[in-house]
Amino acid sequence: MIPAQFEYAAPTTVEEAVRLLAEAGDEAKILAGGQSLLPVLRMRLNAPEMVIDLGRIEALRGVRDDGDAIVVGAMTTHADVHADPLVREHAALVTEAVSHLADPQVRHRGTFGGALAHADPAGDLGAPALALGATFTMVGPHGSRTVEGEDFFEDLFTTALAEDEILTEIRIPKHTGWGAHYEKFVRVAHQWPIVAVAAAVRAEGGTIAEARVGLTNMGSVPLRARAVEDALVGKPATAEAVAEAAALAADGTQPPSDLNGDADYRRHLATVLTRRAVLAAAGA
Amino acid sequence: MTVTEDRPSVEPEIGQARKRKEDYRLITGRTRWTDNIVLPGMLHLAMVRSPFAHATITAIDASEARNAPNVVAVLTGADVAEVQGPLPCAWPITEDQKAPVHPAIAVDRVAFAGEVVAVVIARSAVAARDAAELVDVDYEDLPAALDLKDAAADTTLAHPDLGTNTSATWIFDSAEAGTGSPVEDAISTARDGGILLEREYRQQRLIPAFMEPRSTVVDPTGEQITMWSATQVPHILKIMLAMTQGIPESKLRVIAPDVGGGFGGKLQVTPEEVITLMAARRTGKPCKYTETRSESLMAGHHGRDQWQKLTLAATADGTVTGLKVELLADMGAYLGLVTPGIPILGAFMFNAIYKFPAYHFSCTNIFTNKTWTDAYRGAGRPEATFAIERLMDELAHEVGVDPLAIREKNWIKHEEFPFATVAGLEYDSGNYEAATAKARELFGYDELRAEQKRRRESGDPVQLGIGVSTFTEMCGLAPSRVLGSLNYGAGGWEHASVRMLPTGKVEVITGTSAHGQGHATAFSQIIADRLGVAFDDIEVLHGDTQVSHKGLDTYGSRSLVVGGEALVRAADKVIERARPIAAHMLEASADDLDFEAGRFSVRGTDQGVAMAEIALAVFAAHDLPDGVEPSLDAEATYDPVNFNYPHGTHLCALEIDTETGGVRMRKYACVDDIGNVINPLIVAGQVHGGLVQGIAQALWEEAVHDDAGTLVSASFVDYLVPTAADTISFDIEHTTTPALTNSLGTKGVGEAGTIASTPAVVNAVVDALRPFGVSDVRMPCTPERIWKAIHARDGADDGGGATAEAAMPHFDEDQAGANDEGAGR
Ligand SMILES: Cc1cc2nc3c(=O)[nH]c(=O)nc-3n(C[C@H](O)[C@H](O)[C@H](O)COP(=O)(O)OP(=O)(O)OC[C@H]3O[C@@H](n4cnc5c(N)ncnc54)[C@H](O)[C@@H]3O)c2cc1C
Repeated sequence: MIPAQFEYAAPTTVEEAVRLLAEAGDEAKILAGGQSLLPVLRMRLNAPEMVIDLGRIEALRGVRDDGDAIVVGAMTTHADVHADPLVREHAALVTEAVSHLADPQVRHRGTFGGALAHADPAGDLGAPALALGATFTMVGPHGSRTVEGEDFFEDLFTTALAEDEILTEIRIPKHTGWGAHYEKFVRVAHQWPIVAVAAAVRAEGGTIAEARVGLTNMGSVPLRARAVEDALVGKPATAEAVAEAAALAADGTQPPSDLNGDADYRRHLATVLTRRAVLAAAGA
Repeated sequence: MTVTEDRPSVEPEIGQARKRKEDYRLITGRTRWTDNIVLPGMLHLAMVRSPFAHATITAIDASEARNAPNVVAVLTGADVAEVQGPLPCAWPITEDQKAPVHPAIAVDRVAFAGEVVAVVIARSAVAARDAAELVDVDYEDLPAALDLKDAAADTTLAHPDLGTNTSATWIFDSAEAGTGSPVEDAISTARDGGILLEREYRQQRLIPAFMEPRSTVVDPTGEQITMWSATQVPHILKIMLAMTQGIPESKLRVIAPDVGGGFGGKLQVTPEEVITLMAARRTGKPCKYTETRSESLMAGHHGRDQWQKLTLAATADGTVTGLKVELLADMGAYLGLVTPGIPILGAFMFNAIYKFPAYHFSCTNIFTNKTWTDAYRGAGRPEATFAIERLMDELAHEVGVDPLAIREKNWIKHEEFPFATVAGLEYDSGNYEAATAKARELFGYDELRAEQKRRRESGDPVQLGIGVSTFTEMCGLAPSRVLGSLNYGAGGWEHASVRMLPTGKVEVITGTSAHGQGHATAFSQIIADRLGVAFDDIEVLHGDTQVSHKGLDTYGSRSLVVGGEALVRAADKVIERARPIAAHMLEASADDLDFEAGRFSVRGTDQGVAMAEIALAVFAAHDLPDGVEPSLDAEATYDPVNFNYPHGTHLCALEIDTETGGVRMRKYACVDDIGNVINPLIVAGQVHGGLVQGIAQALWEEAVHDDAGTLVSASFVDYLVPTAADTISFDIEHTTTPALTNSLGTKGVGEAGTIASTPAVVNAVVDALRPFGVSDVRMPCTPERIWKAIHARDGADDGGGATAEAAMPHFDEDQAGANDEGAGR
């Protein structure tokens, strides 16, 4: 379908983008890869008067090493994140998750920042970002600020980003040497996950020293399964021990019910997928 | 004039895996899809559609839209009520069938969500869409009939004026028809001492989901009104529009240019076609309408949607003695072109390849406030095949034998053909033993059974299921007399002509209307062999009622077996017309001529003349025998004497992850007997595509409405059409038992894969879950349903019940709102 008419701007710096956004106020929408925004516009579910395209801001693209963390520019495409050696080395969980995201066309257009800003509870990137303790930097007319993952995701499609702010980069603490696995459950390949579990594990010998577990589509925001993480510490990486911890995965969650499954089924899936993700991450 | 050099030895074209000559155009898009057509001064249409499933239209204020920039007109139902005529239904199945009037634009009441209530005509597509948003329609919500069983009980009326939701009930009874004994006798005998299976299966609603959305362009500026439309049925469309729109048939030309798939979904006379025609006649300008994907999913006709109540009687050893079928079929809100007849096409196929001595079929057609249903790949026959093939697996389980053994016990043996069936058909040929033996081997049946046993015994969380489907179908629609006896509004013949051009090229005109099937290639192969001309010298013309003036189009696997036969007959007439001319040219007697590989030669000599030379001589007409017309061109109209009965054995192995309910296909092997194969590559394409479509019904696709009657699976995010990533490599082979009712010995293949595969897959799912006491899982067999069935452990579970009526939100309105709200903090 054809979107309603809008003004279009393609600034080349973050400052210019922020200024344009401030001028347009709530009549503007940021365009990143357009993979979520364009369907919304084309189905006329939203009709902004202005679209500000971040595609020409080079500074927002790419991944850099920043000491104990890596920093992913918001406009780095899924495909570039997937191919990036820094991400693979220090945040393998993200590499894993991106490899399952959508299809090649979408991965070459959609962006890391766009997906996180969109905050689809079924999106594949929130759980790994949360599990790895990523922080989110945003820039507005009054400067920049950084928030923790758990504060960034507020609700269904709602983040801490204010109307006049742009997400610029995502800082992911290095998890070098951690095992990682993203266990995504779908009915057809190009689907968003019904449930997915992101797990990163630091094993010492056959024992789990530390674990990070994130849940996708188990509520209105990505979740961290802290009870599972705690229960895993010091446990052997065996099916029985991990299963026992994974049984806690769905505790306190409020997953949705839809065409693909009801809340109870999702709760059950979360426990099975958590066990599998953790075992795979632990190399068991 | 006579040529004596050695003839090149020619490989027969038939049987060669030629790449399709039309594919370069189709794949690159450098071709004429309807939406590519641009005419001078063309106007664009946008539809305003009802968001309500059932409502009274109390007022429409289109003034703002009419005044919007570049808008030429806005038409509402009231504006066209006098002229729009009803949309046609060509297949009233009973004398007393009830049906509401089916308007192109709703006038005072809408009966399904997506029904058109107004159309905006503007100078650009953008202006039309923008103005459509400005049309203000007041509705008064009415209670909607949505659930098929509730609707059958008339709890809520889809059309209050009809006083009932029942459109018609159609019955076939073998005792009455004299084709078998009374089924009730068989049932009561089975009740003591025999086996009586009573089952109820659900055929979910599907959406044809063709690749090219529907599009129509109408040019009213010539002597004739020309309509281009993405349709499977240009000829039928032309006749129906002439009959309902008050346009003389001779003043209307319909063209189906390249059409991107249909699967029955474009076997229709659509409201949008009629509206575009009305808009063009009103404005006097060319008009175009192209639907969006959302409109296509919501308002293009849907398919299937039945409840099937089945009673199978058998002796204790598993010999079938009777079958009783009671269907409820959801028509949706209206009767489309052949809506009421679709479930009736299944009536002749529930008995399938088995020797049932008694059979009773009844079908009640029910209205609901949903998009109307109509033809969808297989049309009535997949539903029948699903039911009987599921039942045969159940019977095998009951008797405690292998599902292939129970089939073999009951099927028609190859030496028993021709076979008169309990449903009144005569199967001309078939060899179920041969196809099954070959499929068994191709599949590695015994090894997979052994693996299944191992997994069962070890309590493997991944269980293996093996599903069988030994299907047949009736296709090649259809003998006109039979259609007449079923009250169908037309015949089932097909027409073809062959034109011999002076330069040696050949134009073949067919009344079938390809929309992705590859007719241009296959028909060229047939003519190349028949007339001995080069494949590349043949042009197949179709889909334009002024070029192909006569035809009944493409559906029901009819193009080759009916249209191909017409073609062969026309070509044979060309040869007979050429013979006296060749004799004259060779100064020989016509009786002494042999025709082979495109040449007439004088028997016992090396003298001969090629078809191309004769064509040139006829064009010049300088020296023809006395009284011979200067033309080789010929045409033929062929009315089939019987249906056509492809069959095959399909075997499917699935792995089921019992922890999640997830399904992974391990192996799929099928051996289809489709008689002689013209082009194995095209056949493989039809089989592969058909299989995927049938597998999709078993595992993925379902049109789900919420309790307000809104389509929830309204985009490809929620209506799960599989892609290549979701399929495996199929092992496909053939046995060849030629059909006896056409010269080429061919059988239809367009629907075979779709008809056969659905029960093979569901049988595999159920087979995997038998140890958990599961005897059925409702389609689509989602992981959730499978997992719930495993955990119900009561054997009576229907596999999770109905689908939750909510989509996963990724792009919906709330999210845009929520996003904005969030951004406001
Ligand atoms: C067919 C299909 C399948 C998909 N499957 C999956 C899947 O399996 N898993 C998955 O996770 N995702 C999936 N997606 C979504 C995909 O990941 C998108 O790329 C992502 O959701 C949005 O990223 P984008 O760069 O395209 O953002 P856009 O669509 O351009 O923007 C999305 C939203 O974020 C806002 N926004 C974007 N960037 C910024 C910024 N820097 N600062 C502030 N606001 C911003 C926009 O204003 C808009 O509201 C799929 C998409 C499609 C089309």
